[in-house]
Amino acid sequence: MAEHFEKLASILSQVTGYIYPNEIEAHWGLLIVIYPYITGLVAGAFILASLEKVFRVKEVEPTYRLALLTALAFLIVAPLPLLAHLGHPERSFEIFLTPHLQSAMAMFGFVYAWYLMVVLLLEIWFEYRSDVAIWIRQERGPMKLVHWLFTLGSRNVSPEAVAFDRKAVRFITLIGIPSAFILHGYVGFIFGSVKANPWWSSVLIPIVFLFSAIVSGIALVLLLYYVTSLVRGKQPNMECLDKLAAFLLYSLILDLSLELLDFTHRLYESEESIHILSELIYSKLFISLTIVQLLLGTLGPMALLALVRGSKLPEELRRIVYVIAALLVQVGIFSTRWNVVIGGQLFSKSLRGLTVYKVELGGAEGVLVALAFLILPFLILYVLVKVLPPWEEARQPVAVGGAAEGG
Amino acid sequence: MRLWKLPDQVVRLGILFLIAATLLLIARRRFVPKSFGELGHYRAEAVVAAAEVPIHYAGAEACADCHGDIAEVKSKSYHRGLSCEVCHGPAAAHVESGGETKPVVPRERGACLYCHAYLPSRPTGFPQIIETAHNPMRPCMDCHNPHDPKPPHVPESCSACHGMIARTKAVSPHRTLGCETCHPADARHRQSPRAFLPQKPADRAFCGRCHDPGAASPKTIPRVDVATHGGRYLCWQCHYPHHPEAR
Amino acid sequence: MEAPPDRREFLVELLKLPCSAALVSVLGPLADAESAATDPAEAAAHYYGMGIQVDKCIGCGRCVEACKSENDVLREPFYFRTWVERYVVHSDGKVTVDSPNGGIQGFTAPQDERDILRSFFVPKLCNHCDNPPCVQVCPVGATFKTKDGVVLVDADYCIGCRYCIQACPYGARYLDPRTKTADKCTFCYHRITKGLLPACVEVCPTQARIFGDLKALSSPLRRMMRMSSLQVLKPALNTEPKVFYSTLDKEVR
Repeated sequence: MAEHFEKLASILSQVTGYIYPNEIEAHWGLLIVIYPYITGLVAGAFILASLEKVFRVKEVEPTYRLALLTALAFLIVAPLPLLAHLGHPERSFEIFLTPHLQSAMAMFGFVYAWYLMVVLLLEIWFEYRSDVAIWIRQERGPMKLVHWLFTLGSRNVSPEAVAFDRKAVRFITLIGIPSAFILHGYVGFIFGSVKANPWWSSVLIPIVFLFSAIVSGIALVLLLYYVTSLVRGKQPNMECLDKLAAFLLYSLILDLSLELLDFTHRLYESEESIHILSELIYSKLFISLTIVQLLLGTLGPMALLALVRGSKLPEELRRIVYVIAALLVQVGIFSTRWNVVIGGQLFSKSLRGLTVYKVELGGAEGVLVALAFLILPFLILYVLVKVLPPWEEARQPVAVGGAAEGG
Repeated sequence: MRLWKLPDQVVRLGILFLIAATLLLIARRRFVPKSFGELGHYRAEAVVAAAEVPIHYAGAEACADCHGDIAEVKSKSYHRGLSCEVCHGPAAAHVESGGETKPVVPRERGACLYCHAYLPSRPTGFPQIIETAHNPMRPCMDCHNPHDPKPPHVPESCSACHGMIARTKAVSPHRTLGCETCHPADARHRQSPRAFLPQKPADRAFCGRCHDPGAASPKTIPRVDVATHGGRYLCWQCHYPHHPEAR
Repeated sequence: MEAPPDRREFLVELLKLPCSAALVSVLGPLADAESAATDPAEAAAHYYGMGIQVDKCIGCGRCVEACKSENDVLREPFYFRTWVERYVVHSDGKVTVDSPNGGIQGFTAPQDERDILRSFFVPKLCNHCDNPPCVQVCPVGATFKTKDGVVLVDADYCIGCRYCIQACPYGARYLDPRTKTADKCTFCYHRITKGLLPACVEVCPTQARIFGDLKALSSPLRRMMRMSSLQVLKPALNTEPKVFYSTLDKEVR
């Protein structure tokens, strides 16, 4: 604890203006920045996947299963930074036992459980079931057991069964879209509904969160599709990449418009918090907001994607531009989360002072732990991809019968 | 297997779901704390726990039982509004131990200065001293009995309780005016301030005694037609008398 | 067939007396044994609030000291259940606010006092709001408003998510690093349920702090509510604070 006090004492010496004495500690740190970033990727990846199933955007079909597995990998990791942040993680089950329904955070338990089990797992199950049932026939050893468990013993691959699977996937995707909206929207609402904090309190925050989630999700799937193709020595489908890049551009435009709307609205209404918030943006948040989030993370990728769109650049060059844009977007969206979470705690609710947030390297909320939480989903994804390969070649030809539509 | 025309997949999933739901319901039964929900969405036991925290301050009434003589003296003094524990610290242990554990007896200057050191932000009329000027280094108790802190002699200057005003006036054009020029006061004001309030000027003519063009006052004093200047307002409704034309 | 209304009412009234007599004879002794805190009926007979007369506060900081002593709050300058702020309004309109270590050692004189237009002290604490945003956001029910109007934290149930600390507009809450749970002023619940005053009110030398029962017909708080013009902090947020200030300056947030 002495170390903790030393850190707080050094922060105290860097306070400018006046802050309430209890505000010296920034309560939601790096781990709470990671959480919306991760759930944003989940929601975004899923919505991209739904583009194929519900809106029949054929071009992105190669990424469909990969997007689902990505969403699952990140969703599994999502509660971990929250648990690590809690004062008493061993009591976290209380959210399930006695959820206080007035609290947006209590909804976490339900929304997470709903989305994980009813949407994502079910969709993956129905999507893969018939293929897995056929793979089992050729397999031996542990993988066969794992796959058998996966099917829950349901090995019927008759045309009617497969048709039912396809219908189920479409249906689940349909309810999955609003579920994904809620999964990430409620995180935005957790911030947006705090009337005590003028940086957070806004009707637009859940919407802005959602659209930046979509942006980051699409960019992630684009990157993963490209990287996995490289690793497997296969050519990525250029039409697919072009389509992903197009959707990335559209969602960037929407996201920027919403953020500009929020900004304009604040400036125009000029409520009493405008002074300290302006000071915040010009001093503490100048680099992370104006430079990283806006220029590098939004305008930069938009310009790149827009330029490439009209041009006749060769494929290799287009691919590189897409990858650069997608990477910049990830940095930008992470910065967005940072600016919301940390930014909201850098000024005092007395509206008279600013404090600092010190990121540590080690420790429970340090950079190393954060990196671990960001790398872990990729490790999980690797395992998932081994158990449930999403590649074209792994698909098994099956007859689809009954009153089925094409899948 | 098929059940009631439901596809095989749905049946198997359904069984899995039922198992999970049952486990959850059992967990709820077992793990939700018993007193939860009795009074509201919280453990009623927590209210009891909050009420059972140990007490450290005994409260003003507890002291008089054994220290009646001191309480009697204090009740007639300037410190009658103070609880004993504001100077002597938490005394519940002292009460409970029947006098074995002793409370703090602050004798150093710092203890009195929390309240009585001069600060411009304190309300006017509160007795304050300038620490470095008022018998520096001597313990306050040398001259002031804390239970009856009458000063050894009645304060000579108004600045003892109206320091901020005095310091303001001291750098103003009105610095040569004594306080009683405008605020004649009964001598007893220095001992029972609220019972004997000083007077305040009531009309423009008062200021006119120096500021009227025809007044018999030093030529350097600014003149103004007291009858017409400032419309229907009295002088001090615009001009701060303790530092006119400043701030 | 139902008895006609007046006969039914009569029968119900007739039954009420022996039933309540039976109830009282059973519960009576039990009620005596429980403290005011645990008996909901007794608790509901009170509704606590505080009054602060800003023009009486001398900024001595004894209240901050007493609170930390009474409630075993960590002495480091990062954890306060109550604190005192000093406001200095200069003649050019600039306002300086400070609270050195919460005011626990009082304040030192400002460097230059010549340009002070007005200056005063404001004690702050948890407002025990009637519409508390902190209670609204707690995900598990670890913070709540009691029947007697006091907002408390259940340290054995709190999971330490810190949402309530974010939601409080007044900076009244902090995370106790010893228990890793949220903590804040309790109106000295352990004292007021025994008829004592909160520690800060107990030691205030000028009675700038007043404590009272909003349901009582006579109390110092009631008098203040009658004789003074009352303000609360951040009224636009509709938290309905129960700490009432008089002569609260426009500069105070």
